[in-house]
Amino acid sequence: MPDTGLPGSGSPVAEVLDAVKRFSAPEGGTVTALDEVSLEVSAGEFVTLLGPSGCGKTTLLRCISGFEDLDAGEVRIDGTPMTGVPAQHRPVNTVFQTYALFPHLRVEANVAYGLEVTGVPRRERTVRVAQALEQVGLQGLERRKPDQLSGGQRQRVALARAIINRPKLLLLDEPLSALDRNLRHSMQLELKTLQHELGICFLFVTHDQEEALTMSDRIVVLNHGRIEQIGSPEQLYHEPATSFVAEFIGDGALFTGTIEGDPDPALVTDDGLRLAIRDGVPAGRRMTMLLRPEQLDGAPAAPDSAFGILEATLEQSVFYGATRQLVCRLGNGAAITVTPSPGADGDRLYRAQLGDALRLAYRRAEPHLIEEARDGG
Amino acid sequence: MAVKRDRTRLAVLLGPVSLFLGICFIGPLVVMIIFSFLEPGLYGGVEWNFYHWNFGRILGWADGEWEDFDWVYAEIFGRSARLAFINVLITLAICYPAALWVRGLPRRWRMFVVFLITLPFFVSLVVRLFAWVLILRPTGFLNYGLVGLGVIEEPLDLIFTETAVLIGMAYVLLPFMFLPVYASVEKLDRSLVEVSSDLGASSFQTFCRVTVPLTLPGIAAGSVLVFIPSLGNFIVPDLLGGAKVLMIGNLIEQQFLSARNWPFGAALSVMMMAVMFLLILIYLRRIGRMQTRP
Repeated sequence: MPDTGLPGSGSPVAEVLDAVKRFSAPEGGTVTALDEVSLEVSAGEFVTLLGPSGCGKTTLLRCISGFEDLDAGEVRIDGTPMTGVPAQHRPVNTVFQTYALFPHLRVEANVAYGLEVTGVPRRERTVRVAQALEQVGLQGLERRKPDQLSGGQRQRVALARAIINRPKLLLLDEPLSALDRNLRHSMQLELKTLQHELGICFLFVTHDQEEALTMSDRIVVLNHGRIEQIGSPEQLYHEPATSFVAEFIGDGALFTGTIEGDPDPALVTDDGLRLAIRDGVPAGRRMTMLLRPEQLDGAPAAPDSAFGILEATLEQSVFYGATRQLVCRLGNGAAITVTPSPGADGDRLYRAQLGDALRLAYRRAEPHLIEEARDGG
Repeated sequence: MAVKRDRTRLAVLLGPVSLFLGICFIGPLVVMIIFSFLEPGLYGGVEWNFYHWNFGRILGWADGEWEDFDWVYAEIFGRSARLAFINVLITLAICYPAALWVRGLPRRWRMFVVFLITLPFFVSLVVRLFAWVLILRPTGFLNYGLVGLGVIEEPLDLIFTETAVLIGMAYVLLPFMFLPVYASVEKLDRSLVEVSSDLGASSFQTFCRVTVPLTLPGIAAGSVLVFIPSLGNFIVPDLLGGAKVLMIGNLIEQQFLSARNWPFGAALSVMMMAVMFLLILIYLRRIGRMQTRP
């Protein structure tokens, strides 16, 4: 069973318990979109569902909002089971990936929709619509139609419309994926601020790991309908529970092999590459080692047993402004990325020419080791 | 240079259609309008004098004499417009739910159902209407079956009634309503329906506030496509309505073919086109207003 992670502060606002959802595949047979997924969202939390496309994250969102029914398991909101409760009666609202603004209604009518259909009096409606539009920074555009708005503005209308009913939980289905890079970055920060102001729980779906890392209190990593890991962005980055998480989040190279104790503790890959590891790992185990680019640097001039050394050839050097990334080829043919830090050892790498032989080093206490399942090679 | 090329392009693209419509549509229309203001000849044909009593007769004022005032033609106009309007409602009531249902089908089934809807076009209209005569007449399949089942004792008076005409017209014009309605229903973004229920709307509220407003263009197109042929139809009332349910189409046909009063037939045609044009204009403006409503 995967780790269910640390609960946030307070009681859970939303819980998903052993959710199972199957679809019949067009070719026949069934596809399990959700396989015993359990998670909880606590008051005021920003939780992200992260995973590659087709991992079941949108399905999970649709099961929580009530557009799909679970085949087994349960969704609870504020402790109340939602089984059999239609979408219109669930205290959750959704921001759709395509925004799904009503094209025939003006901005104000789009935002007011949730209040109108639930019978909120006109006077209160006007006040709350104005308030919601102010919260998302759309004052002055009340009379516009959706097709007269930019992508970012539409996004904001969708957001204002979804928060107007004061949901317990706001579901966001890749809401930023249609925006360009700059706008996406500023919207990420705005969303985070808005969430803080409103105090509503956000359950945010994305396939963009960077987005997940910057915005979330906790991240739920999904793969093939199963939870790989739940944890804070720091936990996922530094201590991924599975090699899938290690590969999906952040850059880095993975080496799978067997632990040997003699002469020094090391992980030996199947093709014979020997990587020094921290002390105290029992020999004989099969593990995967994760080497992040920032953990690698130029090897120190004097031999030091605190470091693991890798011989490599420089293949590419990419300038990113604040940093430079070097792509190196190891003896066994694997590629590895290095972000040298400023300092004597790093500088040596900066000066290297393409094709030069390099000695890379990492503190052998640093790289994270992932236990491999016995059956998985 | 560019302007000249554009003009050539325009001539090539629009030339054939302009020529065709000019000869086959505008020409006859002008002839019709001219004829409607000519005096009918004593033995058919026309006298080339300006004569406006053709229109007077339609309005009930046959020759300027008050004692001859007669509503009969206005009544036929009224009946035709009423039946055409009811027919629009019937076809809409049948096609809209059907279109919603078809949209829910798997893609390949949708194509198949749309094909089935257009299937009747492969058989001659007259043949299909004669089939309805066989079904509806007192000794027809419907009465035979109902009497046989003991639902009714005496055969129902179905044929040669307004009901029969409505059944026939709805049957003939169903595809003209279904296709545009279905096209707009299929285009409707499903996520808009979902977001509506997500925001707390009931199915009925979603239907009234999202589905119908967004499919209005299809409803409008279907209504016009059904209304126009209904109003001018003469085959259906001729076969299923008999002499009792006379519609403008029959009247015009009679004037041209039996009564040989071409100017009066032309006036009836011009009048019908004017009425149709006016009604459709009002209708489309109303629909347009509903759509841009804030």
